[in-house]
Amino acid sequence: MTADLGYGMTLIALGLAVYGGVAAGAGARTGRLALIESAQHAALGVFVLVTSCFALLTYAFLTFDFSVRYVATNTNLGTPFYYRITGVWGALEGSIILWSWMLALYTIILIVRHRVGARELYPWALATMLGILAFFLLVMTVAAPPFQRQAPVPADGRGLNPLLEDTGMITHPVALYLGFTGFTVPFAFAMAALITGRIGDTWLVLTRRWTIVAWYFLSLGLLIGGWWSYHVLGWGGYWAWDPVENAAFMPWLTGTAFLHSVMIQERRRMLRLWNISLVILTFGLTLFGTFLTRSGVIASVHAFTQGSIGILFLGFLALVLLTALGLVAWRWETFRSEGELDSVVSRESAFLLNNVLLVAAAFTVFFGTVFPLLSEAVRGVKVSVGAPFFNQVNIPLFLSLVFLMGVGPLIAWRRASLDNLKRNFLWPVALGIAAAAAAFALGVRSLLAALTCATTVFVAATIAVDFTRATRARLRVGESLLPAMGGLMLRHNRRYRGFVVHLGILIIALGVMGSHAWSVQTETTLHRGETAELAGYRFRFDGLTAVEESNHFKVVGAFTVSNGRVLGVLRPAKKFYPQEQAPIAYVDYRLGLREDLYLVLGDFARDGSQATIKLQVNRLVSWIWIGGVVLTLGALLAILPERHKSV
Amino acid sequence: MKRLWRWLIPLAAVPVLVLLAYGFRLSPRDIPSPLVGRPAPGFALATLEGAPLELATHRGKVVVLNFWASWCYPACYEEAPVLERNWRGYRERGVVVVGVDVQDKREAALKFVGDFGLTFPVAQDLKGTVSVDYGVYGVPETFFLDRQGRIRVKHVGAVTDDVFRTTVDRLLAEAASP
Repeated sequence: MTADLGYGMTLIALGLAVYGGVAAGAGARTGRLALIESAQHAALGVFVLVTSCFALLTYAFLTFDFSVRYVATNTNLGTPFYYRITGVWGALEGSIILWSWMLALYTIILIVRHRVGARELYPWALATMLGILAFFLLVMTVAAPPFQRQAPVPADGRGLNPLLEDTGMITHPVALYLGFTGFTVPFAFAMAALITGRIGDTWLVLTRRWTIVAWYFLSLGLLIGGWWSYHVLGWGGYWAWDPVENAAFMPWLTGTAFLHSVMIQERRRMLRLWNISLVILTFGLTLFGTFLTRSGVIASVHAFTQGSIGILFLGFLALVLLTALGLVAWRWETFRSEGELDSVVSRESAFLLNNVLLVAAAFTVFFGTVFPLLSEAVRGVKVSVGAPFFNQVNIPLFLSLVFLMGVGPLIAWRRASLDNLKRNFLWPVALGIAAAAAAFALGVRSLLAALTCATTVFVAATIAVDFTRATRARLRVGESLLPAMGGLMLRHNRRYRGFVVHLGILIIALGVMGSHAWSVQTETTLHRGETAELAGYRFRFDGLTAVEESNHFKVVGAFTVSNGRVLGVLRPAKKFYPQEQAPIAYVDYRLGLREDLYLVLGDFARDGSQATIKLQVNRLVSWIWIGGVVLTLGALLAILPERHKSV
Repeated sequence: MKRLWRWLIPLAAVPVLVLLAYGFRLSPRDIPSPLVGRPAPGFALATLEGAPLELATHRGKVVVLNFWASWCYPACYEEAPVLERNWRGYRERGVVVVGVDVQDKREAALKFVGDFGLTFPVAQDLKGTVSVDYGVYGVPETFFLDRQGRIRVKHVGAVTDDVFRTTVDRLLAEAASP
């Protein structure tokens, strides 16, 4: 019953989306407003229906309605209330429903915001949005239907993947999908620009805030994913260059490139073709990411089950890429007559280099991700590309990018004079060198660590130089200190809020560097009462206890940690879920600004007399999360409207 | 003729798409089992009803040995009708389907058998020793044994009609012409 109702609503929504897309396209061609209005109504209908589907599925989860196959597969009677809600999008079918719902939501916001004021581009953008939405609804009806009847109705369901029983799982997919789907809007406007031939600045201005919104959510999703990986998966890391992580990282890289290259087009009328291509690439990569996670073509810990959905996604990816690139080819002539680069030492070229590096990074990640496939296709050899490849290629790229973060915002447009360079960079460079020297004096012998220190200090100094200079200028015209600083943030939003994001990246860079260079770990087997030592900490094994939870059974170890004085007891555990073959590790940790203590329970004797334990002291990892908060805060500030009047 | 080359731009996407399409031809389930080609480990268990069930009694037949559990949702639920259907279709031709219920509760297993109306013999592997002998990693896994009692094919995941028929037909054909 529930299944049939949901399936019916999905079908109607699909019909409406197809109709709306066609009507919007026809309205755009003929200029008949009635058609466009009709398309808007259809979009509203789709939104209402998808929202109802989502609500219905959630209700089925909450009431253990195992007559719906998806519910039976992803929950069981022991699943706690909270995870019955997150379980709704815990697997393939539900993730597609969430995705469609977000797309529908964005479509509604697009209608509300741009219905008036973007007359030429808006109808085509609406048609594109509805077309993409129709595809996802098609997936929901054909390839991955969340509403499918299950007969005979099982007495109990299979249960949610235990790794997804974590608070991060409510926010991580939601943020990530909001980011992924958010890039649909800039893409839709880019398509509109190509179709109408208005590839000037209008579409850029219209989509700027949208892009920042998408970028904000994508960053948030990536950061929460890292946090989840760190505190749930129990291998002590936050990033593994797993294909699916890469899938989310690639659009982030090209999206970041786009956010920067936009500024050159606005300022110098350059890079129109490049900007359009970046948007197409970014959207293409979000689809590629979805394809990767859902096709089973590349094996990964994140992978959803496979099925016909992969072929459907590949077909859609082909359609999107060929159409978009075909439109670019069609409009080729209009891309000419652009501004030219005046000097290599200029802000344009710094931005350009930033773009080249970001796209190069995206390309290497892409290459590494599909290489196993390539190798098997060409040589018939199964290989896996691991973290060493990605690190080796990307670390120099990222370090250069961080360096450019210091150069770009301060160097002059067109052609930088020696005076401009001296004025802006003398102090930061000196400070950077001093930082490297200080690091060396403190005993840092890793070249990479020293370089990272120097670069981050250099960039931080450029930000400080710029900010103090601007504040001083305001003080001279009679503003007092705090309003002057606040006013900078509010009025010149792009520049100073962008600096906040840069600051966040710097902090993250330090955290990543520290965790790579200075973390230590060991693995040892302890008898009860015995003590292990690592990096000045002592861990005493006090024993094991068994605990029965609603949907699993767990064995908890107790370890007293001290460094001279007792710091507390850490309780890592192993959880045994009846539906899983292998137990799931439950990490315990103690976070700190300088270092985290991180314990994972390995094998143990049944009588509790001994246990194997993995101990890690991870350095500076907390700064990654702090930097993440700063970064997302900066992005959030950048979304706020710019104020032109004084405060 | 002028600037026809620009239409090559969309073609840039084609190699990537072809490569991804190639990915569908691969199966991550293709994990070779060292047991293939070896004699199947013998066992003597009891059925859910308590009757003895010995693998050796089926020597000379093509044996489809299916490891399953009632908690194995959805794969075991998908393949149960397939196994029953083909068991009925092939039993006259010297084929036997043997189910081995792994790490399960007896009542739940009986309900499963009743729900799907399974008529082929099902043994209960209470101690899990048989699963270990066969290197069963997860359920469902299915082993196809030839008439000489050797493991010929290991299938991971739900058995489909197609897999069942092709494999069994092949084993029947080669046994008919030794």
